[in-house]
Amino acid sequence: MHEVSAAPAAHHGPPTTFIRKHVFSTDHKVIGIQYYHLALVAVVIGMVLSWLMRIHLGWTNAAIPGLQAISPNGAPGGVMTPEYYLQLMTMHATIMVFFVLTTAPFAAFGNYFLPIQTGAEDMPFPHFNMMSFWVTLTGFLVLVSAFFVSDGPPLAGWTSYAPLSAIGKAAGPGQGAGQVIWATALAIFCVGQLLGALNFISTVLDMRCKGMTLSRLPVTAWAWFITSCMGLTAFAVLMPACILLILDHVAGTSFFIPSGLVINDQLIPHSGGSTLLWQHLFWFFGHPEVYIAIVPGMGIVTHVLMTNMRRPMLSMKAILYSFWALAFLSYMVYGHHMFVSGMNPFSSLVFSFPTLMITIPSTILVLIWIGSLYGTKLRINTASLFALGFISMFVSGGVSGFFLAQPSIDIMLHATYFVVGHFHMVMGVAAMFGIFSGTYFWFPKMYGRMMDETLGKIHFWLTFVGTYCIFMPFHYLGWAGNVRRYAAFTDDYLKPLIPLHQFISVAALITGAVQLIFIYNFINSRFRGAPATANPWEGTSLEWIMPSPPPWNNFGGKDPVVYHDAEQYGVKTASGADYIMQNSPEQAVSGADGD
Amino acid sequence: MGKFLAVTIIVIAIASAIPVVMHTWEPPADISTHGHLIDSQRDDTMIEAGVSFLAAQILLAIFIWQFSNAKAGGKTKTFPGGAKGLVSAALVLVGVEVLALGAFGTKAWATVYFTPPAADAMPIQVQAGQFAFYFRYPGPDGKFGPIHPEMINEGTQNLFGLDPEHDVESRDDIVTAEMAIPVNKEVHLLMHAKDVSHSFYVPALRVHQDFVPGLDLSLHFTATQVGKYEIVCSQLCGLGHYNMRAYLEVMSQADFDDWQKKQAAAQ
Repeated sequence: MHEVSAAPAAHHGPPTTFIRKHVFSTDHKVIGIQYYHLALVAVVIGMVLSWLMRIHLGWTNAAIPGLQAISPNGAPGGVMTPEYYLQLMTMHATIMVFFVLTTAPFAAFGNYFLPIQTGAEDMPFPHFNMMSFWVTLTGFLVLVSAFFVSDGPPLAGWTSYAPLSAIGKAAGPGQGAGQVIWATALAIFCVGQLLGALNFISTVLDMRCKGMTLSRLPVTAWAWFITSCMGLTAFAVLMPACILLILDHVAGTSFFIPSGLVINDQLIPHSGGSTLLWQHLFWFFGHPEVYIAIVPGMGIVTHVLMTNMRRPMLSMKAILYSFWALAFLSYMVYGHHMFVSGMNPFSSLVFSFPTLMITIPSTILVLIWIGSLYGTKLRINTASLFALGFISMFVSGGVSGFFLAQPSIDIMLHATYFVVGHFHMVMGVAAMFGIFSGTYFWFPKMYGRMMDETLGKIHFWLTFVGTYCIFMPFHYLGWAGNVRRYAAFTDDYLKPLIPLHQFISVAALITGAVQLIFIYNFINSRFRGAPATANPWEGTSLEWIMPSPPPWNNFGGKDPVVYHDAEQYGVKTASGADYIMQNSPEQAVSGADGD
Repeated sequence: MGKFLAVTIIVIAIASAIPVVMHTWEPPADISTHGHLIDSQRDDTMIEAGVSFLAAQILLAIFIWQFSNAKAGGKTKTFPGGAKGLVSAALVLVGVEVLALGAFGTKAWATVYFTPPAADAMPIQVQAGQFAFYFRYPGPDGKFGPIHPEMINEGTQNLFGLDPEHDVESRDDIVTAEMAIPVNKEVHLLMHAKDVSHSFYVPALRVHQDFVPGLDLSLHFTATQVGKYEIVCSQLCGLGHYNMRAYLEVMSQADFDDWQKKQAAAQ
């Protein structure tokens, strides 16, 4: 491993045709933007699905205008059937986890900025990189096609537990073709992500420019690198699991189906399989997946905060070691999704200990972020507001983990809204805040224009308060024993909770509508935003040395040379600036005041 | 605007804590012999989680209030103790806290899972299938007849696939749609999944266990209060999942004996 860029001499010349520039492009920046647009389309679909779900949960017998036209079977007279609710829920979660939370912070921003932050002209395998986007997009299109098959999408949840997901359409609507399409889409997605992870890892290891030692890499580059390592190992397990599931459907195998099962008075002609095997395979992927969803956001938040605090973090080492600890421990905790699954209860205790221990690196991160604010002059803009909001959300979502990590308490909280509140806050909303922070921060670089700050701040305030109004009450529901994945609340002990569900639904619809402000700002600023300079935030890392937007070959054919890490903020310089860029040979006159 | 964010965070933190402190939304009252262990573990955890939550949000808010958009110039300060202090605090405080929670929590778990059922526990079998729970009592011979899955027929109400013609033990088995148990008597619940994964969740009884097709699992518990409670399915099992429930009736021994006689006569 060495820092001198070994880039082959111009492995691609500048693209000349429209197709090569904007469609089938090997340029990592174009690929990053393509991933971002995919995530944007996916999040709109995922959000609309959540609105439909929340309307139904608050007002179960309400006729939703237009829904019958979309699905005459799923919503006769506009009233959602229970199976359609579950189908929408399955697609909501699958689209959000894979095509928003894995795609935007990792594939979109990572593809765009990782090569730049390492000082590379592009990734080492640009054609694989282009393929990774198009394969991922294919996975998305295959997934969405499940809406259009006769029985509709699967209803088994994004977790798709066997045997419900394995025995075919006898198990319920959507469990035939819809389930096979779902598993196929995910297997395709895994291939796309593996191609991407290969590129990310080899970029960090082999494409760093002169002077860019590993320790000088910006925190976001590290976050993407660590996430790629997780992705390589986690998606490599999900893909075969999906293939085995498909085989149970189409090839008469019984990987996940034991003998003796009876549905509709018919004996299912399978035997020899293990129900729990699916859960082990899925969660071995599924737990690292949630860290894949959040670690890039943690990197972005750290990066954005440092730039706006005008001071380094108290300890970048502590942050990076915590990222590694999260990644490492994430493989050891997966059984906490299976405490009452029928797995050996001794195993449950074993899994609970690393689950409790993973609180430690999470706490270190939160304390370093908060402690680093002390004594600074934090600039408040939309990007830093979302970064601060991330910290608050991560704390809120994280503390419910104290309960869920303990098997005995999980007896009460497993499969309730407590879990749903936990993961929406700590992963869903926090990661979204990371994505928003990164968007407002990097938009000027990507598009050469500033986003509107007033609209950005309105977006932040309404979203921050709105998401708390939606997801904090989920914990109260779960605490009271409200089981999740219910299409309606007909149990005696649940009926008194319906008003709280209605409150949540109203909050969800309002907060959803607020996102239109972001979408308007994003599109409008592309054309009418104030022109952006190369370094509007006075950042130190290499993305800020290039024009906004950057040229096709990033550094204009000349590899940068790096002299510093990315944390030279709050320093005294001869020029009077309070920061030194990574590629500047200038040395600080002395450290930050008062140190 | 930083100050406004600080205030908002504190308001949100306190507003979030209020329903918890006021016990506005609580699970059904505990009617089991082991539930107090779970509840006290849960309450201890709430103190630690609550303190951590409020402390972190308030500290974040205070620092945002004090250190955002300040005028340039002047001495900058770093957090006293720097990173070392914070990392040590995280390692020691949180480490001890979570280890303690884990260690103390094993007792509740062990009571449910590592103690065998009493020798005189009353066996009841529960079968979960799309979308109902059915229960089977062994009858006077104390034995359950074998299940023949190929004979399951909802049309003829042969819900467990019993073959009384050939299996002697099946002849006195009592199959019911609701579960009745005597108060203060340990029950040994044998769990069987007919088709897909389901779960047996009785919040009042503090029991929660998935049914696993292909695996016969069991639970044991003792109810301490007479009354009617809901058993709900908590593992997504298909379109009727939300409606899959049965009632648990806890009765005096005398009432239970009457009930069982009536059910036997109705077979």
